[in-house]
Amino acid sequence: MHDSGIAQLARALRARETSATELAQRSLSAAQAQAGLNAFISVCAEQALDAARHADAALAAGSVKALVGIPFVHKDIFCTSGIRTTCASRMLENFVPPYDAAVVEKLAAANAVSIGKTNMDEFAMGSSNENSCFGPVRNPWDTTRVPGGSSGGSAAAVAAGIVPFATGTDTGGSIRQPAAFCGITGLKPTYGRVSRWGMIAFASSLDCGGMLARSAEDCALVLTAIAGHDARDATSVDRPADDYIAALSTSLKGIKIGIAHEYFGAGVEEGVAAATQAALRELEKLGAVLVDISLPNAPIAIPAYYVIAPAEASSNLARYDGVRYGHRCADPASLEDLYTRSRSEGFGAEVQRRILVGTYALSAGYYDAYYLRAQRARRLIANDFAAAFASVDLIAGPTAPTVAFKLGEKFADPLAMYAADVNTVAVNLAGLPAISLPAGFSAGLPVGLQLIAPAFAEARLLNAGHQLQQHTDWHTREPAP
Amino acid sequence: MSIDQATVRRIARLARLSIGEGDLSRVAGELKRVLDLADQLAGTDMVGIEPMAHPHAQTLAWRQDKVCEPDRADAFLALAPEARGGLYLVPKVIE
Repeated sequence: MHDSGIAQLARALRARETSATELAQRSLSAAQAQAGLNAFISVCAEQALDAARHADAALAAGSVKALVGIPFVHKDIFCTSGIRTTCASRMLENFVPPYDAAVVEKLAAANAVSIGKTNMDEFAMGSSNENSCFGPVRNPWDTTRVPGGSSGGSAAAVAAGIVPFATGTDTGGSIRQPAAFCGITGLKPTYGRVSRWGMIAFASSLDCGGMLARSAEDCALVLTAIAGHDARDATSVDRPADDYIAALSTSLKGIKIGIAHEYFGAGVEEGVAAATQAALRELEKLGAVLVDISLPNAPIAIPAYYVIAPAEASSNLARYDGVRYGHRCADPASLEDLYTRSRSEGFGAEVQRRILVGTYALSAGYYDAYYLRAQRARRLIANDFAAAFASVDLIAGPTAPTVAFKLGEKFADPLAMYAADVNTVAVNLAGLPAISLPAGFSAGLPVGLQLIAPAFAEARLLNAGHQLQQHTDWHTREPAP
Repeated sequence: MSIDQATVRRIARLARLSIGEGDLSRVAGELKRVLDLADQLAGTDMVGIEPMAHPHAQTLAWRQDKVCEPDRADAFLALAPEARGGLYLVPKVIE
């Protein structure tokens, strides 16, 4: 049942073939049956069944909301009132927020039914979900492999058929790369399109809320529910959201897709490149025109990102001081000792590494050489996209250079891990929307096709994804149970 | 960029993180690798390029100067490891 998408489940709910309560129970049972994936930090049966009863009442009253009664999961980075929100960090292991994030509010108002909070890389820093104080998540396609990160639990829960969609966040690829590794669809909206209010901050000029689902159509339904201006987030954009559903059926005839050769560079596995090319040929059959383009500054995206993101993280994570909330060390000898030991005990290794890098890059004497230079690189990268979009409608390439790698394979080498983000981080630096679409398999593991659009052209991404998915069946493939 | 142990100690102090003496050289090595990655930016000509701090050319949003949140001090103080009488408690700072 849960292998069906949102649209099918919504039809079944309206036809009274099932109920929100039944769907919630099935999701809860599936979460339990697949506990070995370690996709969940919290399963919230009581709250889920309560929300499902409300949804059933809304359905009985004739609610026409698209997501009413649909079970889903939240990444454990979104604050949920009364439900602990950990960011997979020992620092927030016992943090129970007194309020809901904007995205949580909107999905609750849509009568969607959250069944729990998913595992992730600590503070969203990572590309494998191995940086979690609750242990790594396993990829449903091959449990010896990573699901990607940082939204690894969300991706695994959708890929395993536990729920039809999940919320996620994307600071450098954290929705798109796990979507690619798990064979599902993941959309990172334009920066500012979805409110960050109540979403625990990592790098505030890059962080972006979005979703992972089985299809582009399902992503369109979720984006419709969560997009929009929010005065509580000063970076939220005051501009009406488009009609993402109406745009799905537009023909792709004549749409120009730029193929950036930089995205097929060294490090991209042959099987991944071949699958991506095959998916692009399918888009070509639908009338898309493929055009070779160049993004000459693509090679400096990783170095720029790994200065800017840690710099913002070091500043954002200064708030965890052991005083107001979060972990506090035992028997502090002084205020200084309280700060230092609480933080050293509360943060994991990768988070501490990024704080140190960011602190260095922002410190007196190094600011110009690192932070300012990275910000100039950011401008060059954004300019590359602007120049390309003067002649093409979308830009395409593989989402990740490889298929899902083995647990432990890159864990000891941060730089090898950072390279997993080579094709995704530039999008965050420029603040653009991008989608990862299932694009077949390499060595039996899913490959993702990334499409990038100009700011606020989510409808174009979802349209292209939906048209591709009407003519291919990669997105319907499921891992063996 | 070479990172010596004194630099690691100084950065850790600024970040309020403690790094054991035995870990200093390992951390120095790790930081050096990330900073070497960042040093790849030095090869690109950026003369005259304006630094970009934010994706959109956005002006700061203004709002009415009026209270719009209820007083939930108790709910927030309840999150604190130690609080009393509406105050957060920390170890004594002034002897």
